[in-house]
Amino acid sequence: MGKTLAEKIFDAHRVDMPFPDTHVLKLDRVFCHEITTPIAITDLMARGMDRVFDPTKIKAVIDHVTPAKDSKTAEQGKILRDWAKRHNIKDFFDVGKNGVCHAIFPEKGFVRPGFTVIMGDSHTCTHGAFGAFAAGVGTTDLEVGILKGVCAFHFPKTIKIVLNGEMKPGVYAKDVILFIIKELTVNGATNMVIEFTGPVVDAMSMESRMTLCNMAIEAGGTSGVCYPDMTTVEYLWDFIKDEFSSKEEALKEYSKWKSDDDAVYEKVCEYDITALEPMVTFGSKPDQVKTVKEMTGTKVDQIYIGSCTNGRIEDLREAASVLKGNKISEDVRGIVSPATPAIYSQALKEGIIEIFQDAGFCVTNPTCGACLGMSNGVLANGEVCASTTNRNFNGRMGKGGMVHLMSPATAAATALEGKIVNSNLYKS
Amino acid sequence: MKNFSGKVLFLDRSDINTDEIIPAKYLTEITKEALTPYLLEDLSLPSFNNKEDIKDKVVIVTRENFGCGSSREHAPWALEVNGINVVIAENFARIFRQNMYNCGMMAIELSNEKIAHLFDTYAGKNTSITIDIENDKIIVSSEGASEEIDFKVGEFDKTLVLEGGWVGYADKKY
Repeated sequence: MGKTLAEKIFDAHRVDMPFPDTHVLKLDRVFCHEITTPIAITDLMARGMDRVFDPTKIKAVIDHVTPAKDSKTAEQGKILRDWAKRHNIKDFFDVGKNGVCHAIFPEKGFVRPGFTVIMGDSHTCTHGAFGAFAAGVGTTDLEVGILKGVCAFHFPKTIKIVLNGEMKPGVYAKDVILFIIKELTVNGATNMVIEFTGPVVDAMSMESRMTLCNMAIEAGGTSGVCYPDMTTVEYLWDFIKDEFSSKEEALKEYSKWKSDDDAVYEKVCEYDITALEPMVTFGSKPDQVKTVKEMTGTKVDQIYIGSCTNGRIEDLREAASVLKGNKISEDVRGIVSPATPAIYSQALKEGIIEIFQDAGFCVTNPTCGACLGMSNGVLANGEVCASTTNRNFNGRMGKGGMVHLMSPATAAATALEGKIVNSNLYKS
Repeated sequence: MKNFSGKVLFLDRSDINTDEIIPAKYLTEITKEALTPYLLEDLSLPSFNNKEDIKDKVVIVTRENFGCGSSREHAPWALEVNGINVVIAENFARIFRQNMYNCGMMAIELSNEKIAHLFDTYAGKNTSITIDIENDKIIVSSEGASEEIDFKVGEFDKTLVLEGGWVGYADKKY
């Protein structure tokens, strides 16, 4: 009987099985940010156990509220900063060098096929795009990960998604994942890994694959995963070229991180997405999804383009191609947050930042802030936001606010119109 | 071991998410106690009053997919500092469930029928629940009557509850 990718990663990392279906895995990466890590640090200090298992495997960033907005967030940053320094954690990204965790860590080449990754952040599933098992965990699991380099999991079954056909103009990875969440529901993949496969995924960039895997948690999934291929190797090449004599050799090595043909799945869902239209959420659950056509004309107050879902260069390019030469509606505010300094610099070079500013957008530094209503674009009671983020929970972007999730292109078109609209109207 | 016996708060809704349990704006707190006044502040449930309804409760009974969304352990902590150490539901989001046991708290899964029975029989009444972890039994009492309901808890989860959480256990073992 064949094995799934998740099963192979579990087999390669299992250090103990203290109880039935309790798999203690060795960790290749423990990622940290300033919201969920400080309490783990202070707890370790209080227990007299202020140690780290391996400073080279721990990576940390201040990203949720940055630069600090008040004394409390300044203190959170300070606890993380002091700890990184104390333990010689070299890959610590502070103000000026910091970006959204699930964008900057892949960009730095920290994730490889076959890795185990945890972070105190539910969107850690993003890193599965590299063929890794990457799971969001709470502060206690994070604390043990920091201290011992292990984490316990129940064995995850796998749902295989096969995406056939091709995406038509105006349809992006975001539309595909919103459609899949609608199909699976918010609870449909709980305790499971979601594998994204098929010709559509094969043709996707790493950025698009990260968008898919990022929202696996919105269907309850433990990790999203894609199989490593030449696209993965190309993305990582600068970081791995000393390890392999050629890209082909790297591909050969990484190709072991895929499911066997006779692997056993919880279920296999096959979709032809050629007819898929741009999608958008309504309501306050990520599985409440309609077509943009059905939601056309819905008024919004703010547009937000950014986050670990859609703040990468490809996303900014798509939005800019809609905005170019146009002005956003007088009735809305536009905010764009490039997800990392490198993305920001690239967008500057390509003239994308200028396009956003000419259209009337506010360009902020890289941060998670607005996505979870912490800073840089919080909604007022009763306001509506067209957002490229991942959660439309009640009050998520501000108490009493409403969020419609959509692709960067749809968000850009919505900014021009002041109402939800198909981006194809604005493309030359 | 924490207190697993006391009054019940019934929350008749599925998919109650972490942002409803504790909104992100309070994640800037660096002590668990500071979360006390904000538990369930954004819960979308008609007639629910987070100031009055939480008072003196130890157990929550709810429907499906409780704790979905964020990984924030602030959600179990906000329950814990309000004295609520048990949530009984049809099922839980994975991270929330693990966080509960990692803190030595309990997230107990019951069948759809048993959850429906609890709501149908006890919601709206002054009800208490005691978790007998040794014998895997939930003892429900209300207005002079009582009954026992069996539940299952994995060995790992039970060990975390008895040991008071994952940090101490992992430190001894790994």
